Order: sequence, then structure tokens, then C-alpha cells
Amino acid sequence: MHSIYSFVTGPLAWLAFIVFIGGSAFRFYSLYSLARKKDALVFEYMNLKFALRSIGHWLTPFGTRNMNLNPAMTVVTFAFHICLFLVPLFVFAHVIMWKESFNISWFTLPGVLADLMTLVVIFSCGFFLYRRIMLPEVRYLTTAVDYLILFIVAAPFITGFWVYHQWAGFPTMTILHILSGEIMLVAIPFTKLFHMFLFPFTRGYMGSEFGSVRMAKDW
Amino acid sequence: MTESKAVKDTAIDDQGIIKGIEQLSPEKIERVINQVLKSETGARLKTYVDTCVHCGLCSDGCHYFLAHDRDPKYSPAAKVKQTLWEIIRKKGKVTPEFIENAAVVAYTQCNLCKRCAMYCPFGLDIAYVMSVMRRICHKLGVVPLYIQDTAHSHSVTKNQMWIKDDEWVDTLMWQEEEAQDEVENLRIPLDKEGADVFYSVIGPEPKFRAQLIYQAAVIMNAAGENWTMPSMPGWDNSDMCMYTGDYEMMERLKKAHFEAAANLKVKKIVMGECGHAFRSVYDMGNRALGWKMPPLEVIHAIEYYNDLFVKEKIKIKKKFDRPVTLHDPCNIVRGRGLHEMSRNIVNATCKNFIEMTPNREHNYCCVAGGGVINCGPPFKNARVDSGKIKAEQLFAAKAKGAEVVIAPCHNCHGGLEDIIHHYGIDMELKFFGDIIYEILELPE
Repeated sequence: MHSIYSFVTGPLAWLAFIVFIGGSAFRFYSLYSLARKKDALVFEYMNLKFALRSIGHWLTPFGTRNMNLNPAMTVVTFAFHICLFLVPLFVFAHVIMWKESFNISWFTLPGVLADLMTLVVIFSCGFFLYRRIMLPEVRYLTTAVDYLILFIVAAPFITGFWVYHQWAGFPTMTILHILSGEIMLVAIPFTKLFHMFLFPFTRGYMGSEFGSVRMAKDW
Repeated sequence: MTESKAVKDTAIDDQGIIKGIEQLSPEKIERVINQVLKSETGARLKTYVDTCVHCGLCSDGCHYFLAHDRDPKYSPAAKVKQTLWEIIRKKGKVTPEFIENAAVVAYTQCNLCKRCAMYCPFGLDIAYVMSVMRRICHKLGVVPLYIQDTAHSHSVTKNQMWIKDDEWVDTLMWQEEEAQDEVENLRIPLDKEGADVFYSVIGPEPKFRAQLIYQAAVIMNAAGENWTMPSMPGWDNSDMCMYTGDYEMMERLKKAHFEAAANLKVKKIVMGECGHAFRSVYDMGNRALGWKMPPLEVIHAIEYYNDLFVKEKIKIKKKFDRPVTLHDPCNIVRGRGLHEMSRNIVNATCKNFIEMTPNREHNYCCVAGGGVINCGPPFKNARVDSGKIKAEQLFAAKAKGAEVVIAPCHNCHGGLEDIIHHYGIDMELKFFGDIIYEILELPE
């Protein structure tokens, strides 16, 4: 058990981070060079002011008409994404590992709060699953990969919650937790999870078009 | 709702699509698709297709989806699923039947109105993806017959309606003569070099709605405008080739239009009350020709009329006194932000204005735009059925008292006319030009 633990926290963790960073950089580079070659207009019309204007509206809860039409989705999406980012970065157990490995540390979330935020992520994944199954317009679009991605995102939080509470079999669960986190990292550049990096560009481009050519709002 | 209905509700009855499909082989489909994808698309299409997380939030952006009681196959992303997702996933190895359905989706179930871009959290441009599908269909020769006929007319005559060169000039002189009964010495100046305004219209104006040219002439005359209209091809600013996916012809048409104006050394182009023509000149055609913005100042009739009121160049006898509501056309609102100017004109000309909701950028399309009405009778019933949500919006405005719908776009007129008739809404449709002409105080 100990050697598996060393493996998943050692070489495999390095590999996961390398694939995550390298893969993301590669996707960015290949999209950028393809855009330079084929979509020169994107660079012509991209406009920082209007891109930020649009992104700002879409990052503000209830800042767009569609968010108001779908209030439950709005609340869940914002809560989900905020917790999804903050928990792994600021949960005490993770920060300790950075401290032990690299002697760097930062602010940590109080245990109860991190616990609640983890539940928010798990609940949100449940909500997304419910939408996928129950809403015809979402189900029509859903593929097996969409369920898989949802599972990949939920897994580190379910296992993390388990480990934190030290429920039965938590040593095995710890390894599964680390593994699932690594799987998620590796999945980001090669799946639709990459939207986390593309969002500013797609939204920003539409915002630029609407702002400087169409002279209309896009929210 | 249970599982969505089968993709194809009814057999289509369009000879353009049927004959086109008959001539396809899987090899040809694959070759053409990959040619288009490889040489004409790039990171944008890839990003749009790859970034979509299948959340379905675009659905509320689509009037087809809303009009069909939230039938999932009409959501914007569902239309991508029925077209480019599969095509990209299968690397172009799709069947003629697939192309048949894809053509129906791209040409007749999407008005390219771009409303969904305002509902997708990522701002993915599904209208662009549908345009790519149309481009593929055009190259495969699978285009609805009626719209293809207008594209042929564009190719032969540089206008949309098979109008011969002499018929065009004849129509202008006829309208001039008619108008002289009302305003003595009124002129429709042809080919006047150095004029301030080059007035261009769409092919259907001389063909079906010549009175609009008459009215415009009376308004220009009342404003003391130094204006002209061209006697030669280039007078038609419309562009169905943009909608069939024939971008080479789109470029030729826009070039002819810009050059007609440039040859006359005019200060600016003023376009009649049409939406798609404006999209063609201001958004797509100019860019295809390599102009970031149009090479000459181009303004829509709304901007022109607004200017007449702001600068007090025309006077009115009295305000139009029947209650009006205003339809915001996609191509000049989401395409050019003219919604506030439209309201300025309404307030300057009408006593009683009732907003329809949603409005401005969020207004529902008339279901005619994007070339859908130009696909003609085979798709008319489906189009009018898809106007249900628009009909409800009009009924709501009517319930608040509106009697007249102002729609400053020809396609919108066509679409709204069918909707008003089919659903028995009993409202009257007008252009701004109709209203201004009616209340205009003619100078001594």
C-alpha cells in the first residue's frame, strides 16, 4: 500500500502535471497557429475592451438574460465552478503537501467550509446529471463521454470527502482520490474540460464582434 | 416530453434538394466536405465544436425550439449535432440521406439570426456553423430550389429577381412619373456623379414593391437631398448567394454594389429598409472581399431617417395616430445595433408606441430571415408553424393595444405577413418609409 501511495504521489503526480500543463500548452499552440493561418479575422476583430465587457457580464451571476431564465442552473453553475477551483487549491491537506514537498504554503480554508464546498461540488454534479437525464434538450445532446466527464470531475470530490471523514477503507480511498485527481488533470487538455481555458477566447471574440462591429449587447 | 421525434418529420418536397441528393456518392460527399473543412475553416469551427459542453443552455435562444414546444431537435446545439458534429466525427464519411437532412436543417430550420450566441455561455457562433453547413451543401449542389433560383438570377443579372437592365431603369422612371403627380418636378436622379447619397434597394422592390421607391423619392425630395440611384447593375444590394453558401458570387455582388457607388464618387450609400442586404454589405460580403469595415460609408435607412429627424431636415403634418409596435430585425439590431435609433424614429413619428417583449437584441426573429423564406413554398408551412412564438409575441402586443407593426426589413415583412395571416392576428404591417411618407409635410 505504501509503495502504491509513493507511486501515485510521486512519479504519477509529476506525470499528471506535466501532461496537464504540456497538453494544455500544446492545444493552445495548435489552435493559435491554426487561427493565424486560417482565421486571421479573429485577430483583426478581437477587442480587449469589448471582450472584457462581455466576459464580465457572463462572469456576473444573473448578469445575462439567459441566467435569469434559468435561475437554478445559474446558482448551481456559479457555486460549482467557484468551489471546484477553491477547494483543491486551498484545502488544508493539499497545502500541507505543497509545504512538505516544496516548502511553500498559503492560505487554507477552514475544515468545515472546505467540507461544505466539497458537498456543493458533489451536489452540483448530481444536478448536472439530473439535467442531462431529465431535460429533453440536454439529453438529446448528451453522449457517453459527457457522463464520463461528469464522473471524472465528481470522483476526486467524492473520494476526497470520504478520505477527510476517514470512513471505512480510507487508505484505499486516499489512493483513489489521488488517482482520480490526476485523471481529471490529464483529462483537461484532451476533453471538453478544456473549456476552462477557451472560455475567455470564445466569449471574448463574440463580445468583440458584438461590441465593435454589431454595436449590440451579447448578454 | 419523451424521446425526441424522428429527425425527419415528413418527406421533403424540394426538387433542388431531391435532385441534388440523387447526384451524390459517398466519395463525392467525403471529398467536398474535407475540401471545405480543410481549406475554408480553421480554429474557429474547431473551437466552436470542441468547446460546446452540451449543456443545452442555447435552447432558450432559439425561436424554433420555443415555437415547437421545446422539441430538442430544434435547439441550436441540436442543429450542430445534426450537421457538423457528425461530419467532423466521421471525417466526412456521411451518407446522402444525412446530407439531405443537414441541408433541411441548415437552410430551413435556422435563420442565422445569432440570437443563440447571446444565450450560449461561451458565445459559440452557431449561425457560423450553419453557414459552413450551407457552404458544404452549396458545393455539393444540394440547395433548395427556390433560393437557388434567386442565386442563379444574381449570377446572370446581378440582381435577385431576374430584372433586366432596361426594366430597372424603366421602373425608376415610372415611379418618378407617378410621384410627379404628387410633387411637381420630383426627380429620381440616375447616375449623378458626386451625389451625397447613393440609394440602393433590393431586387424585390422594383419587382413587387415599387411604391417604396416612390416613397423614398418623395422623402429624399422633401429633405432636399443631393441623391442618386445607379442605372446599371450594382443597384441591387440584396444577396441570396450569401445564404446559399455561394461565397464567390457573394463577393462579385458586393463588389458590383460598392463599385457602382465608388464610380459615381458618392459620399455614402444609403440602403433601403432591408436586413439581409445590410448583413451582406456590412458583415459578410465586405469581409469576404477583405474589407474589415465597408470600404465606403454604408448606412441603413433607419440611420438615414433618424438623421433627417435629428437635423430637422423634414417636417411632419401630424404624428401617426394608430398605436404601433416595433419589430427589431436581427440583421440590423444584433447586426448593427440600430434598435435605439428605431425607437427615436418611432417617437418622432408615432403618437402611441407599445413595446413587444422581448425586444431589442432579444427580439424573436420573423422566421423568414437567413434565406428561409426564400426557400419558398415547399417549406412555407413549416416556417409559419415555427412562427408560433412570434405570433404569441405579436398577440401580446396587440392585447396592449398595438394595431400596426413596424418592421424595417423586407424579409421580416414577408415572414410577419405570413404569421399574421396564418394565426389570424389582424395587425397591419408597415415600413418606416410608409409611416414617414404618410405623415410627411411636403415642402412648398
